[in-house]
Amino acid sequence: MLEVRGLEVRYHAAVAVDDLDLHVEEGEVVALIGPNGAGKTSTLLALLGLVACRGEIRYQERTLNGIEPEERVARGLVLVHERRQLFGEMTVEENLLLGAFARYKRGERHLEGDLERVYALFPRLAERRCQLAATMSGGEQQMLAIGRALMARPRLLLLDEPSLGLAPLIVKEIFGILRRLKAEGTTILLVEQNARAALELADRGYVLEAGRVVLQGPAAELREDPRVIEHYLGIHGEGSG
Amino acid sequence: MDPLIFGFLLSDGLISGALYALVALALVLVFAVTRVILIPMGEWVVFAPLTQAVLLEGRLPGTVWLSAGLLLVWAVLDRRRGRTPLLLALAAALVVAAGYLGLAVPALAPLVAILVVLPLGPANFRLFFEPLPGATVLVYLILAVGLHFVYKGLGLAFFGPEQFGLPALLPGEASVFGLPVPRQGVLMVVAAGALMAALYLFFARSLFGKALRAAAVNRIGARLSGISVREAGRVAFLLATGIGALAGVLVAPLSNASYEMGFLLGLKGFVAAIVAGLSSYPLAVAGGVLVGVLESFSSFFASAYKEAIVFALLLPVLAWRSVSSLALEEEE
Ligand SMILES: Nc1ncnc2c1ncn2[C@@H]1O[C@H](COP(=O)(O)OP(=O)(O)OP(=O)(O)O)[C@@H](O)[C@H]1O
Ligand SMILES: [Mg+2]
Repeated sequence: MLEVRGLEVRYHAAVAVDDLDLHVEEGEVVALIGPNGAGKTSTLLALLGLVACRGEIRYQERTLNGIEPEERVARGLVLVHERRQLFGEMTVEENLLLGAFARYKRGERHLEGDLERVYALFPRLAERRCQLAATMSGGEQQMLAIGRALMARPRLLLLDEPSLGLAPLIVKEIFGILRRLKAEGTTILLVEQNARAALELADRGYVLEAGRVVLQGPAAELREDPRVIEHYLGIHGEGSG
Repeated sequence: MDPLIFGFLLSDGLISGALYALVALALVLVFAVTRVILIPMGEWVVFAPLTQAVLLEGRLPGTVWLSAGLLLVWAVLDRRRGRTPLLLALAAALVVAAGYLGLAVPALAPLVAILVVLPLGPANFRLFFEPLPGATVLVYLILAVGLHFVYKGLGLAFFGPEQFGLPALLPGEASVFGLPVPRQGVLMVVAAGALMAALYLFFARSLFGKALRAAAVNRIGARLSGISVREAGRVAFLLATGIGALAGVLVAPLSNASYEMGFLLGLKGFVAAIVAGLSSYPLAVAGGVLVGVLESFSSFFASAYKEAIVFALLLPVLAWRSVSSLALEEEE
């Protein structure tokens, strides 16, 4: 479904992603883990076309080079941004509906079913559908960001650290949702610092360091890898996952 | 003060206030979505009644060729974008056809004039601002000032220096609270109110309007939701030019029109927009009315200083705004 070859992202002189190869198959959940500054976010932004990059990105058998981010979203490549990027002065429901804007523009007018589906996944959003996004708690905002992405009916959902800065209980809740999405067959590329939870959910994983893939393989194998255990599983919160 | 004079000054102020309010709304909209302070707006506003006037004289105005030409340049720039160039070429042909229609049927001239001016906004955005995404407010401002001079020159070339009188769309006078007011003035205020209500509904209710707001407040969030920020910019420019052209056509029968009126008009709209911190639509309307009323009363009491008094309004507003953080600075 997604095939990336020789991806390179530079900010001026600094190389953030260096010759990265990566692929995601239909129905798979793939984890991308690595320390701060490894280039995980840069990779996702490049996939969406939000930063300039070199290399080839193929999605659904077609190249994405030269295609605008909006068009990529319309084709089902949808990102939940590290910083969520909600519309703070708009209500929860307006945020969700705007998530479906690409579909609305194509002429799809029946978004109620999608709203109900998101509200069923996140009952808290349903209770707060008229609340302004900016006034919600961090966990609720993360749910809204994921809900907004789902409104676009993603074929490949890119998630950038959905557990960032959240209490363990909320993290558990969010990973529960991701598990449900996986069970429904959603293809996911998940970037996480919480390697334990990510590798428990994922089918396969990549470990990124300083912009390069240093390890990759089935998630079950990565969980047993001594380097991963030492660097990524040892320190992280036991309670999550 | 004589209540009758007070009434006249107030109604005069409200009528020009409606004009400034519309121009201010257009400026706020454009700034919110694109960060462009649209100085040439005033020129485009007067281009509409001037186009109408020349049509009524039985000549095809230069704005017709300008509009059609810009659309064609745009079509060439976007030649690889599927059906877009074809649609743009079609729009250019439509503009020319509308011009000839306006010649043949004088009653349609006001409508034709708006239609002819309409493409100027989005085409200028596409040609001059879109190639510089993410430039600073200052760069855009310099570009806008440059365009203002270009359009002022074009205005002189197309329409000459003279003033044109235009027939009222609604001739005669109406009595408002016992005060005789030109029907055209009533039309101006009512149309402005209706347009504001329509804009409010558009931004508050329709998903397209919300998408435009979304593109204004959070570009990355908008793009993540599949909203094209460029398209939002084009739509903002289109709406703004439409609002401005309509306001121009409505007000011209009351005040005449000449190419050099545009700048001052745009500047007064800008003062009103500054009152609103270039960010609040309701405040922009309030600012427009304030500028109109202030202008009307100062032209009675101190007519030599009437412009100075309006622009002096900027000082307390700017002082107050710089204390309570200007929207402009926050965003940068
Ligand atoms: N806009 C930018 N300008 C300059 N350098 C940047 C920019 N964005 C990221 N970088 C740099 O690129 C490198 C990779 O950053 P990136 O955000 O992709 O890392 P990350 O793996 O997502 O880290 P984290 O886990 O902390 O989110 C870092 O060294 C960062 O400082
Ligand atoms: Mg990151």
